[in-house]
Amino acid sequence: MSIGAAGAGGVVGGGEAPHVLAVDDSSVDRAVIAGILRSSQFRVTAVDSGKRALELLGSEPNVSMIITDYWMPEMTGYELLKKVKESSKLKKIPVVIMSSENVPTRISRCLEEGAEDFLLKPMRPSDVSRLFSRMLP
Amino acid sequence: MAGAALRDQLSALLSSMFSQGLVDEQFEQLQMLQDEGGTPGFVAEVVTLFCDDAERIIAEIATLLEQPIVSFDKVDAFVHQLKGSSASVGAQKVKFTCMQFRQFCQEKSRDGCLMALAVVRNEFYDLRNKFQTMLQLEQQIQAYDHKQQ
Repeated sequence: MSIGAAGAGGVVGGGEAPHVLAVDDSSVDRAVIAGILRSSQFRVTAVDSGKRALELLGSEPNVSMIITDYWMPEMTGYELLKKVKESSKLKKIPVVIMSSENVPTRISRCLEEGAEDFLLKPMRPSDVSRLFSRMLP
Repeated sequence: MAGAALRDQLSALLSSMFSQGLVDEQFEQLQMLQDEGGTPGFVAEVVTLFCDDAERIIAEIATLLEQPIVSFDKVDAFVHQLKGSSASVGAQKVKFTCMQFRQFCQEKSRDGCLMALAVVRNEFYDLRNKFQTMLQLEQQIQAYDHKQQ
């Protein structure tokens, strides 16, 4: 049995909230990002490392977007981005990188590697509409 | 009315925190998110995480600065973390002090770092006290409102 997609233009079909995977080693930033996204009706899973993000992506099929901090110990957001884009299963998932530092070479490197967008931290509620436009339908 | 008095106290506390530059627009946005987005407890959660995180980081920095040979790179990394989390919660004064602290790390100045640590510690304790008062007042207001229903 299939459920028909909602017909009206611009409405997300099926009624399920988009699922965002947030990756940040800071507990404060994870809480802020999750809070901002959840208040806009996104479903959010927040993890503290690139390693955990990849584990989750291996088992969770329906992630609409990955939003990751740049500077993390062990695996940076850039390294996570590369792994996602190298994977045939994951490469279509849009990846947004966040950083507290405005470094043009860092930004262009991430965008060249396939990041959808680069946000300066701290994340604000006003960033959400920008994210939404980058998501998979 | 007790409820109105509590609300006035909370309002005055928040006004003074903003006017003294302890918190900035980011904190205001988080409050609005809680009030408008229907996510009770969000600000309490973020503030509590920030305070725990800041306490841990300040202790780590103090230990590093006590060593005979200071690893300024490690100190800088911790200050960077504290600057990040203070920016995310809207703790403006702490954030600005962290920016200055990083300068002393770049200059590899132990005296400068010790001074900055003392300032950031005092600012953090002041902010933490005010956050604790804010959360207590909010709880009292909630309890009062609940009794009136």
